[in-house]
Amino acid sequence: MSSHTFVLNGERVTVEVADDVRLLWVLRDLLGVTGPKYGCGLNVCKSCTSHINGKAFNPCSVPVSAIKADDEITTIEGLPATVGQELHPMQEAWLEQDVAQCGYCQPGQIMTAVALVHRVRAEGRAITDADLDQIRNICRCGTYSRIRTAIRSGAAKM
Amino acid sequence: MAEDLRRRRFLAYLLAAPTLAVAVQWIDPQRADAAVPTLPQPEEIFDLGDLQNLAAAPTANLVSVQVNRDGSVAFAVPRAEVGQGITTAVAMMVAEEMDLPLDKVTVTLADARPELLMNQLTGGSNSVRSIYTPVRTAAAVARQRLVATAAKQWGVKDSELTTRDGVISHASGRTATYASLAVAAASSKVEAATVQLKSTSDFTVLGTPQNRIDAREAVMGRKTFGMDMQVPNAKPTMVRRPPTINGTVRSVNNKAAVLAMPGVTDVAVVSRGVAVRADTFGQCIDGLRALDVSWGPGTVDGESDETVLAKLKAAELPMLVPGLLTEVLDAEFTFAFASNSPLEPDNAIADVRKDSAEIWSSLKVPIVAQENIAAQLGLPIGAVKVHVAQGGGSFGRHLFHDVAAEAAEISQKVGKPVKLMWSRTDDFRQGRTHPMCTSRIRVTHALGNVISYEQRHTSVQTEFSHGLGEMLTSFAAKLPIAGNLSFAESIFLLTQSSPYNFGVTTQLLNEIPLKFNTGSMRNIYSPNVVTAQELVVDRLAAKMGKDPVSMRRSFLRDNRLKAVFEKAVTEGQWGRALPQGVAQGIAVHAEYQAAVCCLVEIDCRPETVDRPVTDGVTGPRVTKALIVVDPGFAINPRGLEAQMIGGMNDGIAMALTSSLHMRDGIPLEGSWDNYFYTRQWNTPLDMRVVIAPSGGTPSGAGELAVAPSMAAVACAYARATGTAPTYFPINHGTLGFEPYPTEPSTPPSPVNGLDS
Repeated sequence: MSSHTFVLNGERVTVEVADDVRLLWVLRDLLGVTGPKYGCGLNVCKSCTSHINGKAFNPCSVPVSAIKADDEITTIEGLPATVGQELHPMQEAWLEQDVAQCGYCQPGQIMTAVALVHRVRAEGRAITDADLDQIRNICRCGTYSRIRTAIRSGAAKM
Repeated sequence: MAEDLRRRRFLAYLLAAPTLAVAVQWIDPQRADAAVPTLPQPEEIFDLGDLQNLAAAPTANLVSVQVNRDGSVAFAVPRAEVGQGITTAVAMMVAEEMDLPLDKVTVTLADARPELLMNQLTGGSNSVRSIYTPVRTAAAVARQRLVATAAKQWGVKDSELTTRDGVISHASGRTATYASLAVAAASSKVEAATVQLKSTSDFTVLGTPQNRIDAREAVMGRKTFGMDMQVPNAKPTMVRRPPTINGTVRSVNNKAAVLAMPGVTDVAVVSRGVAVRADTFGQCIDGLRALDVSWGPGTVDGESDETVLAKLKAAELPMLVPGLLTEVLDAEFTFAFASNSPLEPDNAIADVRKDSAEIWSSLKVPIVAQENIAAQLGLPIGAVKVHVAQGGGSFGRHLFHDVAAEAAEISQKVGKPVKLMWSRTDDFRQGRTHPMCTSRIRVTHALGNVISYEQRHTSVQTEFSHGLGEMLTSFAAKLPIAGNLSFAESIFLLTQSSPYNFGVTTQLLNEIPLKFNTGSMRNIYSPNVVTAQELVVDRLAAKMGKDPVSMRRSFLRDNRLKAVFEKAVTEGQWGRALPQGVAQGIAVHAEYQAAVCCLVEIDCRPETVDRPVTDGVTGPRVTKALIVVDPGFAINPRGLEAQMIGGMNDGIAMALTSSLHMRDGIPLEGSWDNYFYTRQWNTPLDMRVVIAPSGGTPSGAGELAVAPSMAAVACAYARATGTAPTYFPINHGTLGFEPYPTEPSTPPSPVNGLDS
C-alpha cells in the first residue's frame, strides 16, 4: 500500500492502494466514481474515457502511481463544472439527439467528443467525417449516427 | 382496432392502499383467446409474441399504478430495461391515460415475482405488445377514480370535470391536483372498476416522439447499472476460467500464495473456474492471473469452425422437391458463431446467507433465475430475493442467468457478499454465442413462376433453457402446429415465414447437440434465414431476367410489406447511377406483426476496402442505409427510430465483420478489437429511418431491423462485387488480429495509457 494524491473533478483526493492498480479501479471501487465504465480493461472499447489535464485518456490502462499530485483528472461527473453549468453543451447535444440507448458507453463517448472538439480547435479547423471515423469508442447499441450528429451540434455550442 | 378499443371497457382493480393504487391483470385474457387461430398457420398471424401473450393470460397476475402523495405516479414494470426503451414506453402509456406530464411518471424494474409465472420474460420483441393494454387500463382507472373523488368532494358530476397535466378542473374555476387527491382517492378494499381507453385520435403523448426518461441520468454518468450498484461488503470478484469452453477445475496449486496477494480476500473453486474476491477488480485480475490451476476437459474440446461445419452439413435435412421438370436453383450459406456480448460485461451481486439470499443482476427472465438459484442454494424460492438491475445492453445475453447463479455459488462458498464481473475476454470466450448454422435453399421455377421454395436451416442447438419452454409445454395443445415438434422447431415455425408467393414453401430446422454455450442474439433465426432467402431471391431474379426490385414486386404477398417496399424503392432511389464497385441492395422482412424494408448502398472499391484503420477491420463500407418500417402504431417514434438505427448497425456487423472464430474448443476473440462489431469507421454516413405506420396495435421493434439490414448488405455486396457471398460474415476467412493466450483467461490491463 502506498498513498496516491491527485486532483479529481476539482478536488484533491488521496487514496491508499498498491501502486500498480489501474486508475479505473481506484475511481470506481475505492472512490465510488462510477461514470467511467469498464468495457474491456484493455484500452480498446474506450468506455472509461476521462480527461487528464484536459486530454482524453483511458484510466483502465494507467497505474495509479503514474498519476502525479497536480494532475487534474476529470470524469463525466466533473465535466459540466468546467463551464459552471449543470450540463456541458456536449451533454445538452446528447439530450437533443436522444443519443443514449442503454447508455453504458455514453459517458465515455461524451468525454471523447469534448476532447476531440478541443483538439480540432487547437489545430484551427472544423470536425470532419474523417475525425469522427477515427473515434474508437464502442457503442454496442449502435447509436453511431446520433453520436455523429450530436458531436457536431455540441461543438457548435462549445 | 382503434374502433374496437373505443367500444370496449377494460377491467382493473382499486387496491386497498394508503394512496390511490390501481392494479390490472397483466395480460388481457380476451385478447389472447381471440388470437388463437383455427388453422395451422405460420408466423404471420400467430407469432412468438402472440404465443407469449397467450401463455401469459391464464396465469397473469396484477401489476399496479400507484399515485403518490406528491402527485407523481409509480409503476414497477416486470420487464428488463437493457437500452430498448421499455421504461420510456411504459411511462408514456401512463402519462397518456392519466393526463399527466411524462416527467411525473417513475418506472422501475420489478423484482422477480414468481406469481407472474411466465409473464416476466423480456424477449421476442414482445414487451410493448404485451403491456400496451394492461398498463393503459390501470392508468385510465386511476384517472377515473381521481376524477370521481374530486366530483364527489365538489358535488358535481364526473362528466363535468376535465383533466390536464395532473390537474382536475371544473368550469366553475375550481381545480385540484392529483397530489391533493392521492389519499382521498385511495380505496379501503379491493374493488373492480372498468374504463374506456382513449382512442388513438385523442392521443397527445403516445405516438409522439419522446426522449428516453433516463437520458439525463445517462449523459451525466449517474445512471446506475448493475456494475455501479453498491451493496455493503459485496467486494469485487472475478473468476479464472478454463482454456476451453466449460472446462473443469482439477486442482488449484497455489491458493495460499494468491490469498497473500495485495487486496485479495478469498479464493474459491467453483463450477466454472476459480473465484478471486478482492478490494478492487484490478486486484482480482492480478490474483486470477497468478493462480496455478490444473484443468479438466470442457464440453467441446477439439471443436473448431471446420469440425462444427462438417457436423452441420451431415445433419442437413433433405429437400423434398426434385428438380426434374423445372429449373432448379440450389444455394447454401454458412453463418459463423457470433457473440451477443453487451458492452456492460456480465455481472451480478449476490449476498447469500444461511437462510436467505439476495441477488442483483440484469435479468430478462428473473423468475427462472430465482427458481434455479433457490434450488442450487438449497433454499425455498421465497427466501431468494431477485432484483432486476438496469442493463448496459443485452442482445439476448440476459435471457440467461449464468452470472447470477455463479455469483450466488461464490457468495455461498466464501460466506460473504460478492460483486461478480466477467472480464471482457470471459464474455467472448465462455459467454453465450449465437450458434453456427447453415441454410440450404432449393427453388424450382418454370415459365416465369416459382413452383417451390424449400429452406433447410441447420444449427448447433440454440439453448432455450431460460424458460420459454415452460410456456410452450403449457400451451402445446393450443398451438396451431400438428405433431410432436421439438421446442426449437416450434420457435422456428413461429418466427419464420417466407414473404413471397413461391408456391410450395417449406422451412425446416434441424439442430445438432453440441454443448456450446448458445443463446439468442438480437433475434434467433431471422437474420440468417432472411439473408439466405434474399440472396436467393436476387439470384432467382437474375435467372428469370428481372432486377431485384421487379422480382420482389412480382412475388411479394403481403400488402403491408408491399407498401414499405415501394416506399423504400422511392425514398432510397433504387437504380440510381453509381460508380463501378458501388451497388445497392434491398431486402424485406415481416416479423412481430411489423413490416420492414431496408435499402443500402455499399462501397466495395479498393480505396475504401483498403483504407487504413489501426487494429480495426475496414473492408467494404455501407455508405447509405435506409429502413422503412411499418410498426402498426409507433408508440414512441423516436425510440423506434433508435431501435432501427441500432438494428441496422447490428445487421451490417453480422454481414461484414463480426464473428467468433472457434478453434480447439474456444473462441479466439478476446476484445472489441478482435470481435469486430460495427465501429464509427464502418457505420453509414447517411442513415435514415422512415416510419410508415399503417395503424392498429404496436408491433415489436427491438430485433426487427437486424434481419433485413443484414440481408440488404449481403445483396448489395453481391451486386457490387459480382460475387455472391456464401460464408458470413464476409471477412470471417481472414483472422485480422493476434489472439490473446487462452491462459491465463483474462489478459492484463495495459500500463501505457498515458503514452499516446
